[in-house]
Amino acid sequence: MADNILTMTSITKLYPGVRALDNVNLEIERGEVHAIVGENGAGKSTLMNVLSGTIPFGEYEGTILYDGHKCHFKNVRDSEKLGIVIIHQELALVPELSIGENMFLGNERKGRLGIDWDETFSQATKHLKRVGLKDPSTTLVKDIGTGKQQLVEIAKALSKDVKLLILDEPTSSLNAEDSKMLLDMLIAFKKQGMTSIIISHKLSEVAYVADKITVMRDGATIETINNADHNIDEDRIIRGMVGRELTDRYPKREHAVSTDIGMEVANWCVNHPIYTEKRVVNHVSFNVRKGEIVGFSGLQGAGRTELARSIFGKSYGTSITGTLKIDGHEVKLKNERDAIEAGIAYVTEDRKVNGLVLVDSVARNSTLARLEKVCRRGIIDVNKENKVAEEYKEKLRIKTPTIRQMVNNLSGGNQQKVLLAKWMFADPDVLILDEPTRGIDVGAKYEIYSIMNDLVAQGKSVVMISSELPELLGMCDRIYVMNEGAMVAEMSAEEATQEKIMSAILKSDKSGTKEENKGA
Amino acid sequence: MKASAVIKKYTMTIALVVVFVFFAILTEGRLLYAQNISNLLLQNAYVLVMACGMLLCILTGGNVDLSVGATLCLVAALAAQLLSKTALGAFATIAICLAVSAGIGAWQGFWIGNMHIPPFIATLSGMFLFRGLGRVLLASKTVSIANKTFLDIFSSYITVPGVDGSVYWSALIVGIVVALALIVLTFVNRSKKAKKGYEMKSAVAEYAQIIVIDVLILAYSWQLAHYKGIPVMLLWILFVVLLFAFITSKTAFGRYFYAVGGNEKATKLSGIDTKRVYFWAYFLMSILAGFSGLLVAARIGSVSGDTGLTYELDTIGACFIGGASAYGGSGTVSGIIVGAILLGVINQGMSIYGLDNNWQYVVKGTVLLIAVIFDVVSNHKTGKA
Repeated sequence: MADNILTMTSITKLYPGVRALDNVNLEIERGEVHAIVGENGAGKSTLMNVLSGTIPFGEYEGTILYDGHKCHFKNVRDSEKLGIVIIHQELALVPELSIGENMFLGNERKGRLGIDWDETFSQATKHLKRVGLKDPSTTLVKDIGTGKQQLVEIAKALSKDVKLLILDEPTSSLNAEDSKMLLDMLIAFKKQGMTSIIISHKLSEVAYVADKITVMRDGATIETINNADHNIDEDRIIRGMVGRELTDRYPKREHAVSTDIGMEVANWCVNHPIYTEKRVVNHVSFNVRKGEIVGFSGLQGAGRTELARSIFGKSYGTSITGTLKIDGHEVKLKNERDAIEAGIAYVTEDRKVNGLVLVDSVARNSTLARLEKVCRRGIIDVNKENKVAEEYKEKLRIKTPTIRQMVNNLSGGNQQKVLLAKWMFADPDVLILDEPTRGIDVGAKYEIYSIMNDLVAQGKSVVMISSELPELLGMCDRIYVMNEGAMVAEMSAEEATQEKIMSAILKSDKSGTKEENKGA
Repeated sequence: MKASAVIKKYTMTIALVVVFVFFAILTEGRLLYAQNISNLLLQNAYVLVMACGMLLCILTGGNVDLSVGATLCLVAALAAQLLSKTALGAFATIAICLAVSAGIGAWQGFWIGNMHIPPFIATLSGMFLFRGLGRVLLASKTVSIANKTFLDIFSSYITVPGVDGSVYWSALIVGIVVALALIVLTFVNRSKKAKKGYEMKSAVAEYAQIIVIDVLILAYSWQLAHYKGIPVMLLWILFVVLLFAFITSKTAFGRYFYAVGGNEKATKLSGIDTKRVYFWAYFLMSILAGFSGLLVAARIGSVSGDTGLTYELDTIGACFIGGASAYGGSGTVSGIIVGAILLGVINQGMSIYGLDNNWQYVVKGTVLLIAVIFDVVSNHKTGKA
């Protein structure tokens, strides 16, 4: 019989009107890396909240058996005492405090009088070493990149003497290089006897790191797949997640690229808004034809978002130079409003921070970028607005009870659709999509891709910035590759492969084998 | 709608009714005297008017304007001095006062909107600055206002010769006309919507609401008819309240305040000039504060260095009691008006009952806390980290 560190039996959690978890069973063997996958809303995070005590004992049904004991966690502290530590998708670090202070926040190393800072920082440095971070523990968290922050979180978990580490989407904001490092670390910890649970949407990573994969769907565990050889077929996992055979992850379309150029950028340079000496986009030129999807690949910090935002009415950067032509005419855009009027839409990455007014309704979000279209002399025609919102709700199949629902209450995929609706309503000729499918499930991704295909079928130009190579290869007509602010390669869909793109990036890296994380 | 949803939506309205009945009983009906009912809104005119502007500031992200009491004092002082020391008439005085208010608004709006000075600090500075200037202007004296035109414009009562005698029938007639007009408007609106196939609330719910409002209007105008008739100040209050209700609910300009408070970055990336939104919030707030200065000066008939002291707190309190979110992005004019009237009823009820002034503060503080706790708990506003 297997040595289970954790056995969760018949866990049921009800929210008003929703059965978030329905009789879930989960077994985790000691010393394994166990992945939990499932579409958004499948109940993965809820299950982990039950396990970590975020949802206290009594608010769910079922039993948790950990290390042979029945557990009744009333809060996170209770579970941490037993060595269960959860690291959430949104990192819980205080930017203005140092790494060391963050690591022992709420768990301070006490001396005779107040905090023993020498002890704090030397302990912190010791744990940082275990995760391969060389930065001094007195560095402020805001001064290190997202990748390193993720490592600090893990070091913090180590400092709590963790036995079961739970990671919720740990790589969603990391680039490929950092992700790989993090996954390898999990494997290293496994050898030292630590057990981890990882929740992820990135199936390639799951296949790489996990020994067993549990698939959840609609609040229930569907199956647990063995992956001892780490060579599982991704389609095999997807089949379990969506409950059907997903024959094609990318919808087919007619590649009917026009010869007319929709947007052309030449010699574009942008400097950093604060460190004005630093050039973040360096003499970049590219174009998008009408009816074409052009992809932008590159590591995090390659300058893709900075390029897009500086084009979009100079909403990022200083000393912006270069020419921008829309439909063959040169335009000068002073601000975001000018850009929208010139026919550009920039669908932001990070929909919650930069994209949506979360506390407002679906309808009111949909019209925000071009409110004047439902206005007469500055007065909003609410009826017309509602009609427009209904139309987009139908067209994009946004799953919401009503268009008056707060966007906050929708799932990630549906939020992304609302964001798309907003920019489609602005009726642009050129759409720049920045990481349009980050953190959303396979089904919703497919729908977003279909919407993109519809847009180019109407003769619009689409620029897609993405860190997921398969999606770029599956969707684009042409792919540009950026690195360190410069354009390093351009290739057609036919000739592009993951290897070619990665080698274009790596070969352009002047410093060669740079392991250091460049951050965001 | 379920009963629980109705209660949640109209909590403060229900609280207002409960508090009103409570004080009516406690004061053995004295709260219901025509004079007291008539005075209820007039005494709180400054709260009602300034809350409209404060709502805009709060919408932008829970920011407040601490300087409104001081601005009110400065403008009232200016009016009093111009009327008593110069030959300028009432109209010129009003125009100058409003222009100065606009100047103050532009000053604050510039620092907050264009220079990104945190509103709390910019308006705290304004609070000292304008209070000081007001006192300098008054030379630490109390200046009274005798200009009849000025007083008439703000604090007289409307009398129609031939109709009004011991009972001011004109008030009741106006009340009946307004009540009927509301019913007709609702009917027209509904048939228009029906024709275009838009979604509608249930007829029963909508008409029931109108009937309740109509009954209140009739009762109110009945009381006005028995005490001096329609006060001019009531018309000024209605003008401001309706104007701001329109701006916040029906215009693109108003919508931007909600958007900025909900997510400033997303709003900016949607092509909206967020600096201008901040500018206008504080600009309009100061104009309303100045206007309230005129109302208060006319009603009291004199201005001193302490005029308007702590009025900013009454105004802010009314907004939060009325359901404006302390995190910005949500709140309505109708809500804050209910909040302002609720505060007014509590104030007046306690005064008529004869409760010690110091205890009145305790009660007000408690009510404010309860209202905000309720708001946070019931709506799960995103205040958590």
